[in-house]
Amino acid sequence: MADTDSFIVEMADRMFAGLADPQTIILSRSDAWKQRLWPELEQTGLTLAWVPEALGGAGAPMEEAFGVLRAAGRAALAAPLAETMLAGWLLAQANIAAPSGPMTVVPATPDAAPLTIDSRGRLGGCARQVPFGAEAGHFAVLAQGPDGLAVALVRAADAEVAPGFGLGGDPANTVSFTDVVPVRIAAVDLAVEDLMLMGAVARAQQIAGALETMLALSVRYAMDRVAFEKPIAKFQAVQHNLARLGGEAAAAVAVAASAADTISETGVTGEAALLEAASAKIRASEAAETGAAIAHQTHGAIGFTDEHILHRLTLRALGWRDDFGNETWWSVRLGQFVATGGDQRLWPLLASR
Amino acid sequence: MTIALRFDPLRLPPRCQELRREVRAFLAEEIANGVFDPEHPESGSANADAFARRVGERGWIGMTWPKKYGGGERSFLERYVVTEEMCIARAPTRRFFVVDRQSGPTLIRYGSEAIRQSILPRAVRGELCFCIGMSEPGSGSDLFAVQSRATRTEGGWLLNGSKIWTSNAHQADYMIGLFRTAPPTKENRRHGLTSFLVDMKTPGIVCNRIGMMTGQRDFNEVAFTDVFIPDDHVIGEIDGAWKQATSELAYERSGPERFLETYGALAGLTRIAGAEPDVRVAAGLGRLTAQVHTLRRMSVSVAGMLEQGREPVVEAAIVKDLGTLWEQALPQRARELSALIPASDDDSRERFGQRLSYYLKAAPKLTIQGGTTEVLRGIIARGLGLR
Repeated sequence: MADTDSFIVEMADRMFAGLADPQTIILSRSDAWKQRLWPELEQTGLTLAWVPEALGGAGAPMEEAFGVLRAAGRAALAAPLAETMLAGWLLAQANIAAPSGPMTVVPATPDAAPLTIDSRGRLGGCARQVPFGAEAGHFAVLAQGPDGLAVALVRAADAEVAPGFGLGGDPANTVSFTDVVPVRIAAVDLAVEDLMLMGAVARAQQIAGALETMLALSVRYAMDRVAFEKPIAKFQAVQHNLARLGGEAAAAVAVAASAADTISETGVTGEAALLEAASAKIRASEAAETGAAIAHQTHGAIGFTDEHILHRLTLRALGWRDDFGNETWWSVRLGQFVATGGDQRLWPLLASR
Repeated sequence: MTIALRFDPLRLPPRCQELRREVRAFLAEEIANGVFDPEHPESGSANADAFARRVGERGWIGMTWPKKYGGGERSFLERYVVTEEMCIARAPTRRFFVVDRQSGPTLIRYGSEAIRQSILPRAVRGELCFCIGMSEPGSGSDLFAVQSRATRTEGGWLLNGSKIWTSNAHQADYMIGLFRTAPPTKENRRHGLTSFLVDMKTPGIVCNRIGMMTGQRDFNEVAFTDVFIPDDHVIGEIDGAWKQATSELAYERSGPERFLETYGALAGLTRIAGAEPDVRVAAGLGRLTAQVHTLRRMSVSVAGMLEQGREPVVEAAIVKDLGTLWEQALPQRARELSALIPASDDDSRERFGQRLSYYLKAAPKLTIQGGTTEVLRGIIARGLGLR
């Protein structure tokens, strides 16, 4: 379902297949693959794709980097690629050069109490559900400073990171900052919602990618698996389930790609960006729920085993729904926006692209 | 290991948005002149004829057709914009909608040159209304069960039998109808069907109107008794109509009318919700907005593929499957959410109730007409390689 003929995305697909293949990871029962993958990712520049060259990044076209995130979703990639890209992007908004190594962003939920930077430049506060908090070398923190919002680059060693894991099995941590002196602080013209919006589109792309693989796996399994003396793909009930899965995957791909295209064109501010990003997170999350259920239903018991790769895709897709605002949070946000504009402005907004 | 479904993001070019402004201005004027009322779904019926001619004058019928037949040779995306604006405004398009979307393109592809020359320019001017003669009492989704016959006679064919559920047949000038010209073969049960262009004024045709549960009377039973059709009114290959019946479906299945049919329920809900709704109403509005936005972006993407000359049959089936289920459920969701909205002093709530009532009645047909949910899922499953 690759909608981009991009060389970078093809390269990412190949790299993930070679170094982070889900079946190989399951069989190896170790995290050694992570040590091999990360240097390769850094070498290609993918980790800092959203950081301009002047700030030490790759300065890749934003849309291609979103395409890489969909490829990461296709591979159920269990590495902080999206998080490092988002952190690099956030730092770049404040003109802070990105360090090497894995990073993540704080906060990663929209409803958190704000982190604060006091007049002495010390960072304080706590954020929960920080994705890959335990694997990050640095945090890019969006915090309330004395003169408005600021971005702080913080060494992970200077923060307290509680152990924890998300639904997909990747680290998700409560991170506390107590009188921390950041490496850098710079003011930024950005709201917390802008960070949520960027994160939401990233997660929508990952979910869309995971659904593409769920569809491919389920179709292949249905054609291979024989029951009642024929491949289960020959049963109309199974065909119709898989057609629905195809529709859900298509919806997620379409809405996430549209949002990525919009943000790449106009940035994270404006009405179109809100409509697109909120819709992407809402609809991709709905698709994750329906799609994961059908993928499991098709696979039966084998798909429920720890040896099978299906859960690496389904649980991650389901877990990604909760990062950077879940579908309910974005529905309320989008609904309030629609209500404020009234019915006469709704259609012009929908038809603006 | 991926499956080739494509939904590339497409940005409508500036000329489409310019055209959109023209269409909106035109429709606003029509509404101001009392031609139709966007809040009353069937309000414009009486003016549909004159409306069609004015739309024709603007060049918005047959927009994509060749200029030599009066068409505009404009893009599918421009046509898309016109269609969605008409749909949102609930403009009375019944006179030209079928010929613009389906019958015209069929004639361009399979009709004789003489037929094209005589029919298409009039259709472009908004003078001709078409209907589609497919369903029969014993043949709905199973198109190949058609029993109405066309038999050879001197200089042409004689039609006998009946069509049913034929929308607008009573006011149509022409039908493109499917008739059996030979029995199916053992190897191919789809063999033996032929498409004909039928002048509805030909002697031997009787239309009996059938009431629908919405209160409208658009359905017809059309009876044919020795109806003479000249040879040059055969559309496409004799006995081979099944090949052409499937090829235009991508156009028919993915348009804005496949998810915007009940959009008025969302607009109405937004209106009565006010600027600061209950959080549950806001969540509902947001979710519905995200869903309709997704469908529209998918549909626009398919229009872009058609513009590129591709045949996105599976993608179009997906848009119709998701889109019709969504537009069918929309009035139900609007109904549920409206219970949380406090009553107002004006009549807005009552008007919302009337609109909703119509949409609730119209909802069941949306997943039946033009390919049922079950048929669409079969097509998608085939596209996935399952059949």
